[in-house]
Amino acid sequence: MENIIVKKNITPGQFLYRVINYGGLVLLILWGMLGIPYKGVMASAQGTMESLLNGIVHPDLGYLANWTIDGLPFAIVETIAIAISGTFVSAVISIPFALLASQNIVGRRVSLVGKFFITMIRTFPELILALIFISVVGPGAPAGILALGIHSIGMLGKLFSEAIESMDMGVKEALESCGGSSMEVLFRAVLPQVSPELISYTLYRFEINMRAASTLGLVGAGGIGAPLIFAIRTRAWPRAMIIVMVLVVTVSVIDMISSRIRKGLV
Amino acid sequence: MEKIIIPKANHLKRNSTIFIIVFLIVGSAVFAGFNPLEVIQNFSKGKRLLGRMFFPPDWTYTIKVIPPLLETIRMAVVGTFIGTVIALPVAVFAAGNFLKNPWISQPLRLVLNIFRTIPAMVLASLFVAVFGIGPFSGVIALSIFSFGLISKLTYESIEAIDYGQVEALMSLGANKPNILRYAIIPQILPQYMSYTLYGFEVNVRAAAVLGYVGAGGIGQTFEHNLAWRNFDRVGVIIVISFAVVLIIDLISSHLRKRLV
Repeated sequence: MENIIVKKNITPGQFLYRVINYGGLVLLILWGMLGIPYKGVMASAQGTMESLLNGIVHPDLGYLANWTIDGLPFAIVETIAIAISGTFVSAVISIPFALLASQNIVGRRVSLVGKFFITMIRTFPELILALIFISVVGPGAPAGILALGIHSIGMLGKLFSEAIESMDMGVKEALESCGGSSMEVLFRAVLPQVSPELISYTLYRFEINMRAASTLGLVGAGGIGAPLIFAIRTRAWPRAMIIVMVLVVTVSVIDMISSRIRKGLV
Repeated sequence: MEKIIIPKANHLKRNSTIFIIVFLIVGSAVFAGFNPLEVIQNFSKGKRLLGRMFFPPDWTYTIKVIPPLLETIRMAVVGTFIGTVIALPVAVFAAGNFLKNPWISQPLRLVLNIFRTIPAMVLASLFVAVFGIGPFSGVIALSIFSFGLISKLTYESIEAIDYGQVEALMSLGANKPNILRYAIIPQILPQYMSYTLYGFEVNVRAAAVLGYVGAGGIGQTFEHNLAWRNFDRVGVIIVISFAVVLIIDLISSHLRKRLV
């Protein structure tokens, strides 16, 4: 295998282009690295690591078996409930957004505006949305549901509109030529055709929302996040570790079920 | 268009599926105490907060937002770099079609899955406990987080390569490193670069909020101002970081479209 000779013809222009690209990348990484101060580990780091490992070996099983409102099972179910409701809300709102962003439904100009709007929603952090909604409905699960519901439009709207754009336009034209109204076209031609993809994307977003819902509690929007962050801040490692373990198992199981269903759909 | 009648078969399975889904949706809304009416009733409260944040934001604060914002981008750059560099070799071993040894690939995948299920925020707060408050903890959290993400995507595309090239090299008597170098890497390189950019986008968004638990970046400034109820400054931070993230997203997705 030593004698494979690849003949490369690079013009000086291409060479310069590559140097600028790679050089720029290296400079970017160097610039990043130089700006991150490394202060060394904390003096208490060894003790922290030891108690952390101790927490992994001896998780707080009493918390897991606590079936009251303060226990782990309640918090996990609440997290799942936030994820389900949030995903449902966003799936419903995403359909009109997706239609407004699809070139074959509303034309090129409107679709560009719609696409930009969806990108804007996607970029807005859900944690900040959660903070805004907490001021509206107060701390608790509803704020988390609203935050997920609005934030997920960013991804679902984009995926939905891509599904709508790649659909078979013949059915729509057939209905239109029969004199179907725009509502009839929507419910009899567009939605039935794209619904398997829509459901699949919604399930996928549910998997992501499950992860997101577990951090929303950090700002007071319900779910497992609040007890978790409280346990980490107070260095209650046995409790923090049991929460992380249960979270990992729950999310993995939901991922597995959901990807099974998705494979059956599309 | 009066009557198009489509005969429907009465499937028990289908009806029970619909029942379960409706039950899950309604049940979780009730369980979480979600009441859409309440949102509409309390809308004025939200409007008041938005008014204090954005009408008008405290533009004089812009100067102070720039340094932590640059720190956020730095964190994302370094975190993505570390995560990506580790992801490639791990992805090669986690792919089922390179070593063909399930005793190596399956445990690796399990570990990667666990990494991906732990939210970046939780990782960051764990590392803050070990490395102290500051961007370094955030960088480590982002590295691990993007490592999990990128290596999963990469091993999936290694498994989807055209295997004919590998077989051609094998028939010439090539060893494993040569197969990797001449058959696998060239095939996945564009996708790998695209995943790296995607990881960078995700990391920028994550880095912007990581400071909330003390892991550096703009989130720390945000949390500080929120605690002091300086809502007009919070508004500036949201507007500027939002604009920066949007620009990075647009550039990166443009580059990704050219790659794959």
